[in-house]
Amino acid sequence: MSSEKTERIFIKGNEAIAHGALAAGCRCYFGYPITPQNDIPEMMSSAIPAAGGEFVQAESEVAAANMLLGAAACGVRAFTSSSSPGVSLMQEAISYMAGSELPGVIVNMNRGGPGLGDIGPSQGDYFQSVKGGGHGDYRTYVLAPATCQECYDMMFEAFDVAYRFRTPVLVLGDAIVGQMKEPVTPWKRDDLDPATEGADWRLQGAKGRPARLLKSLFLEDGALAGQNRNLQAKYEAMKELARAESFETEDADLVVVAFGSIGRIAKSAIRKLRAQGHKVGLVRPVTLFPFPEKVLQDLAAKGKRFLTIEHNCGQMVDDVRLAVRAYCDSDFYGHMPGELPGSDDFLKPILDALGRK
Amino acid sequence: MQAHELREDETVAFDVPELLVDRATHYCPGCHHGVAHRLVAEVLTEMGVAEDTICVSSIGCSVFIYNYLAVDTVEAPHGRAPAVATGVKRARKDKIVFAYQGDGDLASIGLAEIMHAANRGERMTIVFVNNTVYGMTGGQMAPTTLVGQKTTTCPSGRCRDTEGLPMKMAEIIAGLGGVAYSARVSLDSVKHIRAAKKALRKAFDVQQNDLGFGFVEMLSACPTNWRMDAVKANKRIAEEMIPYFPLGVYKDVTEAEGVC
Repeated sequence: MSSEKTERIFIKGNEAIAHGALAAGCRCYFGYPITPQNDIPEMMSSAIPAAGGEFVQAESEVAAANMLLGAAACGVRAFTSSSSPGVSLMQEAISYMAGSELPGVIVNMNRGGPGLGDIGPSQGDYFQSVKGGGHGDYRTYVLAPATCQECYDMMFEAFDVAYRFRTPVLVLGDAIVGQMKEPVTPWKRDDLDPATEGADWRLQGAKGRPARLLKSLFLEDGALAGQNRNLQAKYEAMKELARAESFETEDADLVVVAFGSIGRIAKSAIRKLRAQGHKVGLVRPVTLFPFPEKVLQDLAAKGKRFLTIEHNCGQMVDDVRLAVRAYCDSDFYGHMPGELPGSDDFLKPILDALGRK
Repeated sequence: MQAHELREDETVAFDVPELLVDRATHYCPGCHHGVAHRLVAEVLTEMGVAEDTICVSSIGCSVFIYNYLAVDTVEAPHGRAPAVATGVKRARKDKIVFAYQGDGDLASIGLAEIMHAANRGERMTIVFVNNTVYGMTGGQMAPTTLVGQKTTTCPSGRCRDTEGLPMKMAEIIAGLGGVAYSARVSLDSVKHIRAAKKALRKAFDVQQNDLGFGFVEMLSACPTNWRMDAVKANKRIAEEMIPYFPLGVYKDVTEAEGVC
């Protein structure tokens, strides 16, 4: 991969998503206003037409996700963004995209729930993101940015994975990473040629070839079973892309597992505790599906103990427990959505878990 | 697709358009989907755009349109065809895009999507087949079911006080800004089918000429769910449907000054 780096810019995570998408060759954006991600449609409304692409403010998140489905069927890099209640409305189209094997990117700047919840940060959509979300047996590839730079960078990976596997990809941020501002180094890739993507399946009119069909309905004997096996094989193949950031785990007695903004806040807490001489480390899953089980298994095999910290009432901890189940269990600390966490909030839960031998 | 080589004294009076796949359909005897499919095939062929067309199929009996029409097709979730078609058209502005929807799909679950795609003036064509029932699921009440009409979910007949009046989509769509052409036609007779083809052509022409949204509502028969034979079904269209759903052109910007 060759890259061209430019001057740093000081932007919000939401804006980094938009900048990253454009740099990654996105040509269509469809969205509907919802806090805390409005910077994305606002920026895309002028930036994407300027780049020769299309912006539509959809009548609903239902429509936005279906517009994404339509653009994806043409093999064009496209994305939509929303926040929790809006992403719930998109689940129908996401299921159809998974079933029809269509590549598209959906950004969720997670806010508090259930229902209307609040407009503050939360990780309450973990289950919805990694376990499918809509109806049927499918998974989406899920990336969890912890910094504004990752918001930018992950849009490249999101589109690449979406096209490589012909599948919807989710970027799961939250109101923290979406709303905070940081220096971001924009970069471009010169090996991108979105014009050739999907050439063997995309719709563009049946000139000189048989007509193509993109569908998720399989009524013929054995057809749906075959399609489900095909999808499951795809999800299995994605596993090689699972990854996590590891911090100070080598000599740690206790490994904290936390993703996204909470992973970053937990890292600050771990730095403070390390300064006091406590042997604690961090694993921050970067892909939530596929889940970086291997990283956790290897640590569990070395006798480490685990504490999962989430900004919800306990969701990813299920996957951590499944990953380490042959060796141990994981403790859990859930910071309640509706309350903003700081690194000091995590000190006591970590020390408590460290003391429980 | 001629059955045999023409003799000197023979001329072709009727043929299958190349775009129509030569196979038996799953449609019931007397169903008008076959006629509507054929009209789409004829119009696209005559316009010379068949190889540059993308179809969006919807949910209902006509979800299988892709088995009969040899054009690139993507299947939309129930009611969402105009949103999917918006995505297709915005991604490929150089293509002719159409969605083919029934009354439950378009006028009930997909009302928001059709209204807003029309209002934005999306350069697309909608073929709206109105047969006053949910056909595929077994004949339940649709938003276009006539008052008094019995269905499996209004066994005593549709009641205007509790279920409302049937929705007149061609008129509703004509009232929206981005619409270049909106018409209602019928498939119950040869005369009406000929008029339907002209209307359909216009609904595609306005898209091709970048004038706006094209919409054609086709009054159609569903003999199976109406519990009647094909002849009686055609008669029902003429005697019961057309009086409530008047045929005509409700908007045509090519006949008015300026575009939408």
